[in-house]
Amino acid sequence: MTGEFAVEASGLTKSFGGVEVLAGVDLTVARASRFALLGPNGAGKTTTVRILSTLTAPDAGRARVAGCDIVRDRHRLRRRISLTGQYTALDGLQTGEENLRMVAKLAGLAPARARRRAGELLEQFDLRDAAWRRVATYSGGMRRRLDLAASLVAAPSVIFLDEPTTGLDLPGRLLLWRAITELSASGVTIFLTTQYLEEADQLADRIAIIDGGRVVAEGTPAELKRQVTAQRLELTLADAAAFDDVLRAAGDRVVRADRGGLVIGLATDGTAPQVRALLEELDPGGRGVATFGVRGATLDDVFLALTGHVTKEAVHA
Amino acid sequence: MPDVLAFVPVMAGRCVRLSRRNTEALLTSLLLPIMIMLLFVYLFGGAITTPGSYVDYVVPGVLLLCAGFGAASTSVTVCQDMTGGIIDRFRSLDIPAPALLAGHVAASVVRNLVSTIVVLGVALAIGFRSPAGPVAWIEAAGILVAFILAISWLAAAAGMAARSVEAASALTFGMMFLPYPSSTFVPIATMPGWLQGFARNQPVTPVVETLRGKLLGTAVGASPWHALAWCAGILAVSVALSGAAYRRRVR
Repeated sequence: MTGEFAVEASGLTKSFGGVEVLAGVDLTVARASRFALLGPNGAGKTTTVRILSTLTAPDAGRARVAGCDIVRDRHRLRRRISLTGQYTALDGLQTGEENLRMVAKLAGLAPARARRRAGELLEQFDLRDAAWRRVATYSGGMRRRLDLAASLVAAPSVIFLDEPTTGLDLPGRLLLWRAITELSASGVTIFLTTQYLEEADQLADRIAIIDGGRVVAEGTPAELKRQVTAQRLELTLADAAAFDDVLRAAGDRVVRADRGGLVIGLATDGTAPQVRALLEELDPGGRGVATFGVRGATLDDVFLALTGHVTKEAVHA
Repeated sequence: MPDVLAFVPVMAGRCVRLSRRNTEALLTSLLLPIMIMLLFVYLFGGAITTPGSYVDYVVPGVLLLCAGFGAASTSVTVCQDMTGGIIDRFRSLDIPAPALLAGHVAASVVRNLVSTIVVLGVALAIGFRSPAGPVAWIEAAGILVAFILAISWLAAAAGMAARSVEAASALTFGMMFLPYPSSTFVPIATMPGWLQGFARNQPVTPVVETLRGKLLGTAVGASPWHALAWCAGILAVSVALSGAAYRRRVR
């Protein structure tokens, strides 16, 4: 593999049954980096990953991954990458060990080496105790870890992870994050998709935001955060009526709204005169706002500013 | 091609293991043919006149029906693979489609031979007797394997083409009924005239005639060649169809 990029894609398009899913995706991912493709449901994340990992052919555009063209060299490319999808790609009726051994043999390992490799991976992913249980009895987090382990049998140089933690509980998510972080320390390139801003922030050193089949922004988490207002004024309202009043009065200055928690976030430069003026304007009676705080911008703010809608987490935060 | 062959034993091992652990499907594939055999021998048998005893007449046909049931379930397992996440894993590992299907078909052959032996055991217990020598038994087994191979691959092609498991099993429904309008259960001469033409010229008839001739020691005529030609034809068409269905599906 030559060149400094693990992934270079330009102008990728794809339609399914007349519906345009990708409208021209351009991406570059440096070797040995951690890259996150962040976007809401239906933005084109999965399609992008499936095209880059050769499982779907693009309608137009070109891409090279690990030095191979994704269409012409796809057979060679498949030996250099791995994909862990949103759905478990393993047999529920086989045990964890049997699944890994099967994948190892299919990857060309001799039976004795396949057995050894399966053992190593079970150890690495904290699954030794469950090795002899059928996968159907595993928890969601264990399945994802086993799936990830199966992707690593043949030591790929680029690892694609499509929404690796969707549907996992917090401990499951943390364990998987740790596994991904450890992996990247070994020098592989990690390309993940997520709809969780926090996940992209935690795991990636570069993030591209995708919306409507197009990359709308790209940069380090810090660069992206700088693209929007540096500060955010967070108001906690006294009751639901006050919440609605302030939400209406603030209009498009709102960067976050959480009705359950009665919290509204507003763009601000963080200076005292501006904060005072905002409070005067939005809560002239002085009774609606219970408490306020000024915070640094989060990726939620970036996301909202760029795509015009909030992510899952922003709504539930 | 050497690549394809290298994958087949691993895929076959996987499919055999999965069939062994799918308890309900395993029980159905064993119990159903036995029930049908008992049904024909004890309920209908008294009313059907055949040369020789009816149990001797019907057992070769039941073996074949049993193969039809067993092979039909291949469509379901193939469809489950295609609609589940595992197909992405296999494609990422660059497993060629023929290797995937050959694994399913090999498992189907193993599964069916096991249930054939069980059914044969029950048949012997209820009075089936064969004067056949070892060579005739091997020839009979050979024709049965060829038939299982052909219809398993046909079922695999149906499973590849079907969008859901329900559709896959519906597609193979016809396969299970084909033995009825043939000489499997009743002599063709007893059928209405318009059906006799179909019954004489459909694939199941030469297969069952060969099987019966070999096991009962009667003349088979040209049936074995007709049977083998049908099996080879079905196999060739199924391999081509499954390849086309796979390519349409993964793009």
